[in-house]
Amino acid sequence: MTSSMLFNVTTLAYMASMVLFFAFLASRNKALGLGGSLLAYAGLAVQTVAIGLRWKESYDMGVGHAPLSNLYESVVFFSWTIILIYMYIDLKFKYRIVGAFVVPFALLGMAWAQLGLNSGIEPLVPALQSNWLLYHVITCFLGYAAFAVACGVSIMYLIKAQHEENNASGASAGGLMSMFPPTRVLDDLNYRAIMIGFPLLTLGIITGAAWANYAWGTYWSWDPKETWSLIVWFVYAAFLHARFTRGWVGKRAAWLSIIGFAATIFCYLGVNLFLSGLHSYGNSKM
Amino acid sequence: MATTQRSFPQSVWDFFCSLKLTIFLLISLALTSIIGTVLPQGSLPPEYVAQISPAKLQIYSKLGFFDMYHSWWFITLLYVFSLNLICCSIKRLPHVFKFISEPMLVLGESQRSSFALKQEITFTGAVAAGRDALQEFLAKELAAAVVTEHNGEYHLFAQKNPWCRLGVYVVHLSILVIFVGAIVGSLFGYKGFVSIVEGSGISTVETRTGQHLPLGFEVRCEKFNVDFYPTGAPKEFRSTLTILENGQPVPGYKDVKVIVNDPLSYKGITFYQSSYGQASEGSQHFLTATPRSGGAPQRLAIREGEAVVLKDGSTLKLLEAAQEVQQFIPGMSGAAARVELTVKGKAPQVFIVFKNYPDVNAQRGDDLVLGYEGTNARMYTGLQVAKDPGVWVVWLGCSLMVLGLYIAFFLSHKRVWIVVTKGHARMYGNSSKNQAAFSMQFEELANKLKNLKI
Repeated sequence: MTSSMLFNVTTLAYMASMVLFFAFLASRNKALGLGGSLLAYAGLAVQTVAIGLRWKESYDMGVGHAPLSNLYESVVFFSWTIILIYMYIDLKFKYRIVGAFVVPFALLGMAWAQLGLNSGIEPLVPALQSNWLLYHVITCFLGYAAFAVACGVSIMYLIKAQHEENNASGASAGGLMSMFPPTRVLDDLNYRAIMIGFPLLTLGIITGAAWANYAWGTYWSWDPKETWSLIVWFVYAAFLHARFTRGWVGKRAAWLSIIGFAATIFCYLGVNLFLSGLHSYGNSKM
Repeated sequence: MATTQRSFPQSVWDFFCSLKLTIFLLISLALTSIIGTVLPQGSLPPEYVAQISPAKLQIYSKLGFFDMYHSWWFITLLYVFSLNLICCSIKRLPHVFKFISEPMLVLGESQRSSFALKQEITFTGAVAAGRDALQEFLAKELAAAVVTEHNGEYHLFAQKNPWCRLGVYVVHLSILVIFVGAIVGSLFGYKGFVSIVEGSGISTVETRTGQHLPLGFEVRCEKFNVDFYPTGAPKEFRSTLTILENGQPVPGYKDVKVIVNDPLSYKGITFYQSSYGQASEGSQHFLTATPRSGGAPQRLAIREGEAVVLKDGSTLKLLEAAQEVQQFIPGMSGAAARVELTVKGKAPQVFIVFKNYPDVNAQRGDDLVLGYEGTNARMYTGLQVAKDPGVWVVWLGCSLMVLGLYIAFFLSHKRVWIVVTKGHARMYGNSSKNQAAFSMQFEELANKLKNLKI
């Protein structure tokens, strides 16, 4: 058994979970929703084992390091954190349907990693040989995952709010929309997810700064990755303040959350694809 | 007094206190920050200058776009942001302090109806007995209660974590502390770079602003090494450094190993492994040329780029040499030279001569077998140098921020009142955050209250 096989199983589990969630949306059969959740959790369990196994495999190869060192490993870890945060929200707030809007993000990550990225285990270049790698990557990605959940919830909010506006006169006609939690709840979930993500992103930026200071003697150098993480921080800080300002609650807050996640994805991937800097995965400067 | 006309200072004050300004500033900072990630910052690469129109170049430079995070308008945004933070805090803090230090001990009739969480019980005992029992109940289940008599009713008030309402101000303060740390660093510190050839030392550093500053001591590079993985990827860049004062090694600072992610600090100045190379000036490479038919090898000492004529009339040119080929040719290790050999009357051939693989060198079916014996060139190490007395202030600010965020997001101010009258006790509660969790806690409290023997 190899970690790569288990990652394939994980991908299939997330795909099946998504299909069940969509069937749940269409049929409103509660058993399907439960199945979707359970499959997502099963996928998470398999993925956890797979990540552990890949860690061990790297030691067997004599280049032992945490599996967080290149784009493939980070995308896999990102998927893992998304389902982890989804599980937390699902168990705590019990709005199963949120899975239909969150699991696809994790599936997208796994599918891309398995199909399109180089999955070889590589030795760590000198720049990455530090314990800060673990702290920095884990905090950042848990934060990103919370923002992914917030984005999924915000999309639900906008769909629901749009629907309610269109049917303002008549009583809500049941159907698909009756599956969605009330807008008030979605707004609250959005806020809660960001309340988890924002401190984690802050920790991620701080651990990154501490590491940079330790490796290069500069805690902040306006590198594109650093700057984009700060941009993401500014957007969510604006979101948190917007909640206390009239005229910014509801739809605008939901849009801020979606923009925040778009900025997050750009910070994570766009910076590496389109801009140059210190975080080019796998081929950093020393 | 109802005046619609606000005075000018009042309007300025309100402007700087407003949350709308905060949101505007946060979004402006986010949007403008993008510029510096798209345009090159600092010294412009010539390719960039060549492709951009002169007019654009001039406008961008005028606007400070090529050093935008230090431009006057970006710094101004940060100052206004700080001002906004300070004004908001000054305006709201006294209210918060008052809220904490002078809690609402008595619940008026109108206030009672506004609570979502309430529970009523009846009891048969005397009012005073009920009051005492409930006071004990609150002390046991939540926190010590303050009892106030008001219009013949007893109002019991207990609260938890009132100070957590200050969390958000701790976060605001932390941002200012980080700014102070950054300013201290830029005023009293510097960043620089030194390159030291093996066996030599330096005692000044060139800063990023081009100044040459004395270090106050000497740093000598004893040795520089690079290790590679079998794949050819670099494994470790290692400088061996010694600090000297008055020409004498400082105890504990002799032959210190400095690698990436493990710098050397001395007297507030830190040296970070950053780059390396071969000090090529004047260095020679040693090659041998042995006739395949036998005979004594001819020994050659050549500089990079130089050519010599061999005994048999061929010309040998040394194109380049590397002291470790693993990163270029996985599976091979050690030094090698790339040479161009022109045998008389034939076309020049370019090939590689290895130090560790004489068999490989001999496999080349030619009249001459070449060998590479190495070089007398020395390596140099490139070190980033930083002095930043403000960095501890920055870490203090960061710690405050994490603490403040924890308090602001994960702790809540919980308040419970019990109004005791003859035969009745009514309990009310609210919390500053996370109402859902608190309502469960309140329900539990209410259940215990119902079972209370008075």
